[in-house]
Amino acid sequence: MDFVMPDFRLAAPELFVAAMSLVILMVTSFAKSRARSAAFWLCEFTLLAAVFLTLFSGTVDRAQTFSGMYISDLLGGFLKAVVCLSVAVVLQYGRAYMADRKIDSPEYYILVLFAALGMMVLISASHFVSIYLGLELMSLALYALVAIDRDNPRSTEAGMKYFVLGALASGLLLYGMSMLYGATGSLQIHEISQRIYERSANDMVVVFGLVFVLVGIAFKLGVVPFHMWVPDVYHGAPTAVTLLVSSAPKIAAFAMAFRILVLGLFDLAEQWQMMLMLLAVGSIVLGNLAAVAQTNIKRMLAYSGISHMGFMLLGLMSGVVKGEGGTYAVNAYSSAMFYAVAYVMMTLAAFGMVILLSRAGFEAENVDDFKGLNQRSPWFAGMMLIVMFSMAGIPFFVGFFAKLSVLQAVVAAGNVSGQALYYWLAGLAVLMSAVGAYYYLRVVKVMYFDDAVDTSPLTATLGTRTLLSANALSIAAVGLLPNWLMQICAFTLLH
Amino acid sequence: MDFTLFLFYAFAAVLLGASVGVIASRNSVHSALFLVLAFFNAAAIWMLLRAEFLAIALILVYVGAVMVLFLFVVMMLDINVERIRQGFWSYLPLGLIVAAILFIEMALVVGGKWAGLDAMPMPAEPAAGYSNTKALAWLMFTDFAYPFELASFVLLVAMIAAVALTLRARAGNKAIDPAAQIAVKASDRLRIVSLPAEKSN
Amino acid sequence: MEAVLQPVAAMFGAFWPLVWTLAKIVAIVLPLILCVAYLTLAERKVIGYMQVRIGPNRVGPKGLLQPIADALKLMFKEIIVPSSANKMLFVVGPMMVMAPALAAWAVVPFAPGVVLANVDAGLLYLMSITSVGIYGVIVAGWASNSKYAFLGGIRATAQMVSYELAMGFSLVGVLMVSGSLNLTDIVVGQGRGWFAEHGLNFLSWNWLPLLPLFVVYLISGVAETNRAPFDVVEGESEIVAGHMVEYSGMGFALFFLAEYANMILISALTSIFFLGGWMSPVAFIPDGFPWLVAKIGFVLFLFLWFRATFPRFRYDQIMRLGWKVFIPLTLFWILVVGAWMMSPWSIWR
Repeated sequence: MDFVMPDFRLAAPELFVAAMSLVILMVTSFAKSRARSAAFWLCEFTLLAAVFLTLFSGTVDRAQTFSGMYISDLLGGFLKAVVCLSVAVVLQYGRAYMADRKIDSPEYYILVLFAALGMMVLISASHFVSIYLGLELMSLALYALVAIDRDNPRSTEAGMKYFVLGALASGLLLYGMSMLYGATGSLQIHEISQRIYERSANDMVVVFGLVFVLVGIAFKLGVVPFHMWVPDVYHGAPTAVTLLVSSAPKIAAFAMAFRILVLGLFDLAEQWQMMLMLLAVGSIVLGNLAAVAQTNIKRMLAYSGISHMGFMLLGLMSGVVKGEGGTYAVNAYSSAMFYAVAYVMMTLAAFGMVILLSRAGFEAENVDDFKGLNQRSPWFAGMMLIVMFSMAGIPFFVGFFAKLSVLQAVVAAGNVSGQALYYWLAGLAVLMSAVGAYYYLRVVKVMYFDDAVDTSPLTATLGTRTLLSANALSIAAVGLLPNWLMQICAFTLLH
Repeated sequence: MDFTLFLFYAFAAVLLGASVGVIASRNSVHSALFLVLAFFNAAAIWMLLRAEFLAIALILVYVGAVMVLFLFVVMMLDINVERIRQGFWSYLPLGLIVAAILFIEMALVVGGKWAGLDAMPMPAEPAAGYSNTKALAWLMFTDFAYPFELASFVLLVAMIAAVALTLRARAGNKAIDPAAQIAVKASDRLRIVSLPAEKSN
Repeated sequence: MEAVLQPVAAMFGAFWPLVWTLAKIVAIVLPLILCVAYLTLAERKVIGYMQVRIGPNRVGPKGLLQPIADALKLMFKEIIVPSSANKMLFVVGPMMVMAPALAAWAVVPFAPGVVLANVDAGLLYLMSITSVGIYGVIVAGWASNSKYAFLGGIRATAQMVSYELAMGFSLVGVLMVSGSLNLTDIVVGQGRGWFAEHGLNFLSWNWLPLLPLFVVYLISGVAETNRAPFDVVEGESEIVAGHMVEYSGMGFALFFLAEYANMILISALTSIFFLGGWMSPVAFIPDGFPWLVAKIGFVLFLFLWFRATFPRFRYDQIMRLGWKVFIPLTLFWILVVGAWMMSPWSIWR
């Protein structure tokens, strides 16, 4: 029994957030009247400090600690920084919204912080046990947050649906993990990859486990055919929570997918590539077509989110050709990662706009609520224009480059393999993006060419306005200079 | 047949019988009690596998706490089992077919030779004085300390979520705050008024 | 002993281990039942004297045959099953209360080596067995098909689950300082320490360094056995007799037996975990079984004393005491003990 004391410094961000969450729990239970603002500011402080910690405390080289449960690398550091930053933004956007509806209990802030902790754990997990626990920590907090508007039947129903389906997905994931454990005798991702590589023979049990693990991942990403919860949850949850559910967890799910599939089960790439392709095609087609029919903007964004996740998977799957990785693989993975980060930027701004239009006693939920926004606030109409154009993939916004890099990766895979299938895939993706442009542009149309039904002024605080503007402008800015973000993605992946 | 094997089959038979009882009995309280029986037998089987800590923890946690609360809830609810069971028999054949197909598919996929069980050798006999509990504790607080702590966070989140979603300060609640009750001083309740003596005529 | 048993063993052949175990079980259970019977008498006498009464004194000299008379009466009474009760569970209920109360004795050591099963996970076994006893109460309360009985069952559930936690946590403290789950080892471990070396063994027992845990364990034990002042489960003045209200004759007697057997069990466990088991308080008197009996008697007397002294807790007060006082207190003391053990001033090396 030899045991090496873990290196706690490597896990500093997680430990810090965990400790702070307990501190905040104590502070809020004793600070009676100021509990809400104390919780808010302490959470913001914790998240921003965690961003700082992940960026400056991490090592450049890959290092493991906690007996191989935790991996510290640039990829994890960067993604965790993005997660913490986006959760911090979520809290700021949602604060007034939650307060107006009297559901901004201190528990709301604490649960959000716990969800962030779960995502961080998930991102740097390199062992099935820590992956699963990170996932559960994140999901459990999110289930509760979705239902936190407990007097609203839609919110509780959404929470219930999310919980039941999420628990089912967790069960499938665990089942798959246990199969992989049975076949390889290890839960550690690198060891699993090693064992599968050594075995050379393609064991059926491993593939069997892979299927279930993949279903679990697909559920968390919300891709077809495991997308049923997405529209209902996005629609039913308070918009501030929808903002959270739709943004940071996608990054965490990407990291989980990358670590399990690419790092752990690379030798089964031929199998999972095919499955990912089916998931991606289904999501892109169904997401875009169903979004066209929506009048509720939250549901529309939910379906658009499904199609975006499909795009991301398209990038992830084109990293391997005939079970072999190559130099183009880095481009493919980094395109998927770039897509995930870009999507989070866009979805934050999009739901941020939905929140901006809502006020006490009024939910801006329908596309029609955006009518005549240009007359009410030309500035924010412009911001929404940027977001919608970017989501639609119109050139020189970040969404365009995200789509472009994914398509490039698909075509590159097609060039290497010489299979026409990849070109068809790219063609289909372009076609569906064109369909998708319709419903994004419809929002722009009602903003600029319809008369305002509701002419009351926007009520958001200066902080939210500034942050939302900065968010939308950053979409434009990164769209003009996409290279540095691309390079960060490629650089962190290479290490 | 050696005695351990006999015990295994006895426990397994009761376990399966009790599990069938859980889903087949018409009364939900009976179902819950059957589940308790099933847990007991599962614990006994674990005991045969020399996993005594897990076996006892199963009884302590599931039988001693979780199922008690379960029973508590089941007894309070007035569940009309007959109404829930409507259509049970008509759905049964379909359900059985689906289950059979799934089972056969899985068996085919995982393949013959009982999923490669023969590749897994029997574990070596533990040395004398080997304590399962100690070995588990060692792993739990060294190699698995990180997930162990994470699991505690998961439980904490569950607790916070349960409180956040259900706790309501009801209007007209008559509960007394014991601290306030103790802190009461005589001057809070008692007022000494000096009345001038009245003259009687 | 061996020589005497040899021919008997030969007679039973392969079944000998079974027969021998049964004999040992009988040797534990029979005196236990007798103790239970006389504990009921002791209770009435002690409380009587505390309330300046005499207590039962009619049957036999000084009332010494009273328990026998009670037992006979209960045995000959008719067992009435309420018309719409769940018959099966109604009958099984009392047995489910009784069985764990007896089964727990399997691992209790009476003197060095004198124990039915000297298992390594004895403490865990005890915790799990005692947690199962509650099923009888719930089942009986539900199967009686009576409002009072059901209320009693529900109250019992909540109360026992709450106090089990506090009890479990205080045992964690014991576990930490003794480093073993074996009850014999726990007792032996208490005989070491600075005071024991200087002849004052009783100051080395667990009750002193683990005083908060000892107090919590004892009081939770009272709550766990549903004794006054935690007897809202029976609550004669509000829900008549709780889960027992519909029972008569032997069914009722079983509940009673179980309650008193549990009292003796908790007393025995308190003595073993905190009061040094069979060990003598001072070095110049030898250890032995009589010490254990004396300690059990002392704790039992406390039980009776509590009953005679305190008024019944209100239900919310019970819950508050369990969750908001005992559990935080035990958790805090576990922390203290942990820090203490790691510090240079540790007394458990």
